[in-house]
Amino acid sequence: MMTALTKEWLEQRRTHRLLIVCLILLLFGLLSPLLAKFTPEIIKMVPGGEQLSLIIPPPTVVDAVAQYLKNLTQFGLLLAVLMGMGMVSQEKDKGTAAMVLAKPLSRTAFILAKAAAMGASFLIGTALAGGAGYYYTLLLFEALPAGGWLALNGLLLVYFGVYAALTLLASTLNRSMLGSGVTAVGFIILLALVEMIPAAGKLLTGGLLAWAGNLALGSAEAPAWGALWVCLGLIAAALTASVLVFRRQEI
Amino acid sequence: MSAIRIEALKKSFGKFRALDGLSLTVEGGTVFGFLGPNGAGKTTTLRILTGLAHADSGSTWVDGLEVGKSAEIPSRIGYLPEEPAFYPWMTGIETLETMGQIHRIEKAERRRRVDEMLEMAGLTEAGKRRVGGYSRGMRQRLGLAQALIHRPQVLLLDEPASALDPAGRKDVLGMIEGLRGQCTVFMSTHILADVERICDTVAIIDHGKLVVNARRDDLIARYAIPMLALEADDAARLNQLATDVRQMDWARAVVVEGRRLTVTVKDLAAAQRELLARAVAVGLVVTHYEQVKPSLEEVFLRIVENGKGSRQL
Repeated sequence: MMTALTKEWLEQRRTHRLLIVCLILLLFGLLSPLLAKFTPEIIKMVPGGEQLSLIIPPPTVVDAVAQYLKNLTQFGLLLAVLMGMGMVSQEKDKGTAAMVLAKPLSRTAFILAKAAAMGASFLIGTALAGGAGYYYTLLLFEALPAGGWLALNGLLLVYFGVYAALTLLASTLNRSMLGSGVTAVGFIILLALVEMIPAAGKLLTGGLLAWAGNLALGSAEAPAWGALWVCLGLIAAALTASVLVFRRQEI
Repeated sequence: MSAIRIEALKKSFGKFRALDGLSLTVEGGTVFGFLGPNGAGKTTTLRILTGLAHADSGSTWVDGLEVGKSAEIPSRIGYLPEEPAFYPWMTGIETLETMGQIHRIEKAERRRRVDEMLEMAGLTEAGKRRVGGYSRGMRQRLGLAQALIHRPQVLLLDEPASALDPAGRKDVLGMIEGLRGQCTVFMSTHILADVERICDTVAIIDHGKLVVNARRDDLIARYAIPMLALEADDAARLNQLATDVRQMDWARAVVVEGRRLTVTVKDLAAAQRELLARAVAVGLVVTHYEQVKPSLEEVFLRIVENGKGSRQL
């Protein structure tokens, strides 16, 4: 397992995946409080925007947190799909999987090492984004409760984990990048459809993000432990399915 | 104990039957040539032996262990696929280090073996370069090095030299030839000259079935058709001789190509007695005369094209 993990971590660094995840998440961590603060100013500069700016309330820390959550979830999801879709399928397609799996390396270790390396990249990227977002929110608005902000970023990481694990499963099921991408998007659409059912939505990523926003603002309202457990369960189920499918596959 | 044993192996892809009850045995320590035309089932057999693919039915054993039932097998085999693929962002040294780590070779020993393998593959200079910049020949040699890093008992090679230029082929075949006596080499190929050069035992498969399994020299001796050839400068008299020889009972076929006459014979002794005498009789000055050494290629074509049934010599 350690050999596979070492290889995957080296790959994250050498192929600049770690750098890309960190830069993008850091950029939107920085930009989110800035956008929240200066959106009314930007609207004023647009022709006819002065009228519109009159009805926009002055930005608050709530907008900064909402902007942070919106940007990071959108770009994090995109990164999870783009990074994960070729992870297994490309190795099968190019033949590198056959080279290493004809050796005493278990297929379980092969899959779990990929998940762990991707998780580590997102952990570092989220930490950078969280640090930057916290600092700029402090500068432009007010200090957020540190514990709540930490919890928000922890829940964001779980959110990324759900989509990364589903994409890894899509990549395991397919032999081409395109097929993996299409399957991953299919999973995302399916999840979004389920989230549209009010009762189910509270137990999925929507509930998780609403709770994350509350925690960041120091509110203990509506804890969504159910959503957290369901999301962690989804991650575990997707990884287990990947391992089980991969162990039966011909390489 | 045989190094490889395959019994009644069957594998289909949809309606295409890649292996149709293949059975064969490979003795330990041999360099075994696994021959067959494209699509005969060679790669499928190798992939089943490595555990990368699963048979529909039948059984395979490597070094006495049954494939699919023993987790020990990957430690005992070295595998070089037809197109070895590497992580292009790794250097040659990192590639071999990683493969050594997978085989759980202790650190100091691993470093020693990486150096040894790089030297054997002629990649010492290129070891610090990323594999993405390697030529096809270099990748093939690195592929052989990674397959040998843990000193396997059985080396499985899938078309190891098929896509290489003559110089690359010479290097790779030289490396394989150097392994004789160190491990059992099971090499699939459709290039007969390669088998003729380095293999001591040969199996020919076609349409997923074993056609013949024998020592190379026995195979050639049994299946090769005897031929005589002579060369002369006088084309007219050479054609006259060809016409004359075609009437002989001992001649099976006569071909004139330029200034060379080749006779495929039924009775070699009679042909050897009479061919030169007839050449002299028509006034031909012979510049070269030989009994054509039969090649594995002729044997292969004869066996495969005639679609003969399975046999064991």
